[in-house]
Formats: sequence, structure tokens, C-alpha cells
Amino acid sequence: MQDSNWRILTRPLIDDNPLTLQILGICSALAVTTSLDTALLMGLVVVCVLGLGSALVSLMRHQIPHSVRIIVQITVIATLVIVVDQLLQAYAFELSKRLSVFVGLIITNCIVLGRAEGFAMHNGVVASALDGIGNGLGYAFILILVGALREFLGKGSLLNMQILIPTSQGGGFEPLQLMLLPPSAFFIIGGIIWLIRRKRPQQVEEPEFSLRVKDRRAR
Amino acid sequence: MNALFELLLRSVFLDNLALSFFLGMCTFLAVSKRVDTAFGVGLAMMFVQTVTVPVNNLIYHQLLAPGALAWAGLGEVDLSFLRLIAFIGVIAAMVQVLEMILEFHLPRLHRAMGIFLPLITVNCAILGGSLFMVERSYGFTESVVFGFGSGLGWALAIVMFAAIRERLKYADIPQGLQGLGINFIVAGLMSLGFMAFAGLG
Repeated sequence: MQDSNWRILTRPLIDDNPLTLQILGICSALAVTTSLDTALLMGLVVVCVLGLGSALVSLMRHQIPHSVRIIVQITVIATLVIVVDQLLQAYAFELSKRLSVFVGLIITNCIVLGRAEGFAMHNGVVASALDGIGNGLGYAFILILVGALREFLGKGSLLNMQILIPTSQGGGFEPLQLMLLPPSAFFIIGGIIWLIRRKRPQQVEEPEFSLRVKDRRAR
Repeated sequence: MNALFELLLRSVFLDNLALSFFLGMCTFLAVSKRVDTAFGVGLAMMFVQTVTVPVNNLIYHQLLAPGALAWAGLGEVDLSFLRLIAFIGVIAAMVQVLEMILEFHLPRLHRAMGIFLPLITVNCAILGGSLFMVERSYGFTESVVFGFGSGLGWALAIVMFAAIRERLKYADIPQGLQGLGINFIVAGLMSLGFMAFAGLG
């Protein structure tokens, strides 16, 4: 039992990552990764909402009528997100301004609903909570990686601490403006997916067509 | 009038919901294998966005905003924390109503949108549109223009993306990049292209 719970928690980190394999929750992931601190905060918020949401849905799974389950799940999630949103506005106002609408968008983040519907409706409370937290951590892991890369290459800093001195201040580092713009997030995630699939070839998708060997050589 | 036109251009190109705010990405990546399905989703998205953003605008300013309930003698009540739940409810209800109206009056259009209408309820671009409307404090007319523009922009992006993906099937892509990886990179390149519209303003 110990072992399987551990698997539930760690599997979504790389092997079954919600972002790179399940294609869930990409929407809110990319916009908040221009710097490491927003990515960290967003990751933390998603871990909390996912863990609590999965546990609550799992607690109520025998009481929820099948036909209205989606509405009940959305209401549970929305309530949690509102609480988190209000807490952030009270205690971390500056950061919550920078996260702008993306905290609210956790409601429609497909990870939360996907885990509630796909796992928590059929499993016990502890397993569901662990599954939620694991998926949240998998999501946060990618977010933090992308956030760190973009802030480091785009501004030469990490968590707002200057590490490389830019040329405008007499240093030798030319900030990559592209890293602060939206396209770079797509490129970085594409690259991360490539790296993971190099290490885990079973994740590679089958091509719909394969080129003939002769055509391949001709290139 | 000029300002409205500028807002329209902005919401279609520069502030494209899919490519510069990453909204609706799940749908964007999942149903863009073929151009005709992409067209259906895009149409549905445009329709729903044009209706829900103005409706949410009315609801927010008449019921939820601080001091909006003054007509009922509740001037100091601030219900704006309820906006997330209210917007989701409105979107789900509007999608249901729209589906019934379309099925009855425009069955051909309804068939073109197919199963995508209900799917769009949980699309973050729709909720995101309404939340941006509040955050940027658009008035009613502006919200109509913004709703239509952002829907159009999203539809444009997904149709173009699907067209590229159809050609991509015949490309010789490194093994690890096949599927999702190359899709991200294509989306990144498209987003780079849309950034170039910054000169329009």
C-alpha cells in the first residue's frame, strides 16, 4: 500500500506528466512563466487546489448523482479557487496583480476537472488527494523549469536577484528579449517534450504516415 | 469609432487569445488535426464569445460590481468575489440556450459546429475573455467589439494552425518531436508571426 501511494504521487512528475503527455492545463501554464516567482506561486496554488479539490470530490463521490456530477465538480473547484484568489489578494497583492486573470482561470484548467472526473470519482480520499498533489507537482515542475529558463535568459536574474549583469549596466550579458515574449514559452515546452521523449521513448507518438526508406535517404 | 476599430484589430491580431495569452490551448491542440473540424470549433467559439462577453459585462456591472446594488438599497454590498462562479454559470447557460436556438432556426450552422458547442463551456478562452473584460474595465459597446474580435482571432489562429498541421503529416520529423513537440514549436512560430502585427497600432 505504501508503495502504490508513493507511485500515485510520483508518477505524474515525469512518466505521466499532465502538461507534456496528457495535454492538460496548458492554457494557464505558459502565460505566468515570464519570471520564476509568478511560476512558483502559480505552481503552489495549483497544487493546493488540485489536492483539496480531488480530496473533496472523492469524499462526496457516493453522494453525487451521476447526471449532475460535472456541475458539482465545477462548483467545488470554483469555490476553492475563489478562496485562493481572495487569500492572494489579501496577502500577496503585488503578485496577484501580475498573475491577473490566470488564478481565476484555474477553474477551467482541464487538469483539475480531468483529475476530479478521471480519478477522484472512483478512488478513495487519500489516493485522490495524493493523485491531485502529484499532478499539481508535475504541472508545477514544468512551470518552474520554464519560468526559471525564461527569467534567467531574458533578464539574467532568478527570483529578481541579478545574476548576470546586462550590457546596459556595464556587464557582459545581452538579455534575450525573445524570452520575455509569448513565443519562447512554446519553444521551451516543445524542447522539454523532446528531451523527455528522448529519455522515455515509449511516450513517442506513432506517426500517421511513415516515409519510405528510399525517400528518407533521398533527403 | 476609431478607438473601437483599433480595439477590434488589437483583439484579433496583437492580443490574440490563443497565441499571445495561451488561452484555449487544450482545445487548440486537441481539435486541430483537420481544417474542417477546426473551422467548426472556431465558428462555435466566435459565436459563444460574442454573446457571453457582453452578457457577462451586463451582469457584472448591474449586479456584482461594488455599489451596483444601490437600486435595491444595498449600496455598500460588494459581490465582485462571486464573479468567477457567476460567469461560469452564465457561460454554461448561454451555451445551452444558443444550442437550442441554433438547432431550431439554423440547423445547418448547428451541424457545422457539431459537438463543439458544449465542449466550449469549459474552454478557458471564453472565461478568460470575460475576466479580461472586467480587468480592463470595458464598457458595453467595447465588450461587444472585444468579444467578437477575440473570438474571430482565436478562430483564425486555429484554422491556420490546422492547415499547417495537415501539411506537417508529410514531413520527416525527429522521433522525439513527433506529435505534441512539433505542434508546440509550430504554435510558437505562429505566435512569433502574430507579434509582428504590433506595428499595426
